[in-house]
Amino acid sequence: MAIIKLMDIAIARSGDKGDGSNVGIKARTPALYQFLKENLSEQRVKEHFKEICFGKVTRYELDNLNVLNFILEDSLGGGGTATLIMDAQGKVHSLAMLHMEMDVPDSLLA
Amino acid sequence: MSTDKTVLIANGQGFWGDSLLGPLRLVEEGPLDYLTLDYLAEVTMSIMQKQKLRNPEAGYATDFVEMLRQILPQCQAKGIKVIANAGGVNPRGCLNAIKKVVKELGLTGLKIGIVEGDDILDQLPELIKSGEAFKNLDNGAPVQDIIDRMSSANVYIGAKPIADALAQGADIVVTGRATDPSVVLAPLIYEFGWSMEDYDKLAAGTVMGHILECGAQCTGGNYCDWKSVPDFARIGYPVVEAKADGTFTVTKHQGTGGLVNVDTITSQLMYELGDPNHYLGPDCTSDFTTIQLEQDGENRVKVSGIKGSAPTPTYKVSMSYEDGYKIVGQLTYTGPDAIEKAELAAQILFDRVALYGKPIPEQDRFVELFGTNVCYKGIVKQSQAPSEIMLRVGAKSYDKELLNILAREVAPLITSGPVGVTGFAGGRPKPSEIVGYWPALIDKTKVHTTVTVEEV
Repeated sequence: MAIIKLMDIAIARSGDKGDGSNVGIKARTPALYQFLKENLSEQRVKEHFKEICFGKVTRYELDNLNVLNFILEDSLGGGGTATLIMDAQGKVHSLAMLHMEMDVPDSLLA
Repeated sequence: MSTDKTVLIANGQGFWGDSLLGPLRLVEEGPLDYLTLDYLAEVTMSIMQKQKLRNPEAGYATDFVEMLRQILPQCQAKGIKVIANAGGVNPRGCLNAIKKVVKELGLTGLKIGIVEGDDILDQLPELIKSGEAFKNLDNGAPVQDIIDRMSSANVYIGAKPIADALAQGADIVVTGRATDPSVVLAPLIYEFGWSMEDYDKLAAGTVMGHILECGAQCTGGNYCDWKSVPDFARIGYPVVEAKADGTFTVTKHQGTGGLVNVDTITSQLMYELGDPNHYLGPDCTSDFTTIQLEQDGENRVKVSGIKGSAPTPTYKVSMSYEDGYKIVGQLTYTGPDAIEKAELAAQILFDRVALYGKPIPEQDRFVELFGTNVCYKGIVKQSQAPSEIMLRVGAKSYDKELLNILAREVAPLITSGPVGVTGFAGGRPKPSEIVGYWPALIDKTKVHTTVTVEEV
């Protein structure tokens, strides 16, 4: 096992959805996608964003694209248009996600 | 109709304010049948309603008309049709402005179409009386909460009326609040004669629209592997080669910068995505879990396999309402003790505002110390005390004058607060209106769109 950052095994994009945001994450290989599907849970993401996301986290799976899509409710510092925070639209929630550290089997990192 | 007919559709504007180079270079640098452009965001309609109140001729995207002045001669010469949701709350005003530009350019034989009927602001009382509740889709709140403060109400309409305008010979079609994918789906319905019940095809066109709708965000813009993207300055905006069977290839003009690969397209498919199995649109429900992507040569991605199903019996409605004011001012504090000094400065500011007689309630105050990992809060730790940070300090209020007092007291912190402060180049901040967003639904049978095509 090796501790790596998600940015080493995935790419991501995020955007606003009302008062929340979505973070889509694409694994770089089908095997890594299976690994993320088993390990990147809603709870794990909620814990990672605990000081940003104050609502529910929901996960959707797109097996065809090796993509997991997370909806982060109440993650933009209040009302969508009323918020004053710098990242008002959750534009960099994608890279915030990719900073997560995970224990990944060496066989998947070859 | 030949089954190998290919229709070339591009998007040259991902949002109101996108680079003018997008449409100019798309028209100039390669073959094209349709140029689509997206101008509207949720808050845009509210701004446009205000412009229309002041001037009945206004209330549409004036940038669009000025852009047309630069591309229309070439569009007409090359037979490129233009479709844009630039009409805002006044497509007819936009039509008149385009006619004026066409005449000034000395062009003739151009047909301009508009789609109206999405703006339901004036019909709200009767629609509510007829049983439409317009409850807030996010939280179920009744529309009565905001009805007195409402500033715009528009239905997200679909592709059919745009396709009808094309069938009537329109070279330019302008809509109000059509969905972003609709401006891309419409030419496919028209060119290939797709039925409005052929949901797999409509879903394919909708997915195509979703890929294109943010312009260069699918050709290497905002892409994680940014170091692999060549020539950002000359980034090519997306061009799709569409086939009658619903398959298509995303590419860009030869010789342009940027990158089209499975990952850049996947990145855009993930943008603002909700439930991928049920991507709701006015004309169909698309299933993003059926999309197949395949690299098909350099800077070419083939898209196929897309399945769709019947749309819901309702349209989504985008309403906006006045929700008070907000303000934020900026100052830069340098170390030592940059964080402590910035925090003290914010406290001094709120204390001074209170000395005028009316304190800003705690919950309406805002302080953000930019440079302390605010974008990665709780995720990336600060390794050492920063030697410079930006204080962003402000408030929300229904009392605009209270925010003006705060605005006046930001600059005095430089001479009457802690040392090590600079960066007031932006000048005194101004309160801006908070435009509240209220998503709702409406029964489709109560929405009546009309198409008008005029020749200049």
